[in-house]
Amino acid sequence: MKVGFEPSALKRTSWKEYGMRFLFGGLVALAAGAIGRAYGPVVGGLFLAFPAIFPAAATLIDKHEREKEEKAGGDGSCRGAQAAGVDAVGSAIGSLGLMAFGAVIWTCATHLPHIATLTLALTAWLTVSIIGWIIRQRM
Amino acid sequence: MGEEIFRFVLGGLAVSLFAAVGDILKPKSFAGLFGASPSVALTTLALAMSKQGTAYVSIDGRSMMAGAAAMFIYCWLTAWLLIRYKTNPLLTTACCILAWFGVAFGLYGALLRTPTL
Repeated sequence: MKVGFEPSALKRTSWKEYGMRFLFGGLVALAAGAIGRAYGPVVGGLFLAFPAIFPAAATLIDKHEREKEEKAGGDGSCRGAQAAGVDAVGSAIGSLGLMAFGAVIWTCATHLPHIATLTLALTAWLTVSIIGWIIRQRM
Repeated sequence: MGEEIFRFVLGGLAVSLFAAVGDILKPKSFAGLFGASPSVALTTLALAMSKQGTAYVSIDGRSMMAGAAAMFIYCWLTAWLLIRYKTNPLLTTACCILAWFGVAFGLYGALLRTPTL
């Protein structure tokens, strides 16, 4: 399966939905900071991989797929759940990348400059995620 | 207060940016990778590096690995329920968060509370 871009998909998301994402993202970042301050980095670090915006994202995918299917004259409820499920499979693979991100932060934060650590961690996340996705496609 | 506003704006922007990248990618399974992007982690760790220091951030990273393992279980469970049983996405994703808490705090109790890992 080939990876491609569909820039027109951005138009399917309304300004209200973009606003909700921003709001959720900001609130989750605030909550993660507050938990870290209150309980320390051992507990706080867990919440750096908390799926707080995942329910909102899945609902959005479900809604868009339902609308597409209903426009075509079908019942979109099954297709919406299916699409959200396929997206969740991708996120599960992305979680492996997130583990690699954490591992790089754990091992490199005290040895490398800040920007180098974050760049290396981001690269590790993307690399592991893409490799995981390719392996899954070939299974 | 200023720092909190900065954290809120940075977190909101990071999440929105990663989500927008996920929106334009296809197929859906590939776009889903961005559902587990380190958007909140980037914001929080960047601020922690300058405020609390690198030793603190290193501990954050170790715990994040456990959180990510919990996220992996959460996503697989969600995907299985949605694909196999066509359950309601909002209800499924919200209820499965209990699995995240179970795995994350199980790993915390088993591995992270001890001084060596």
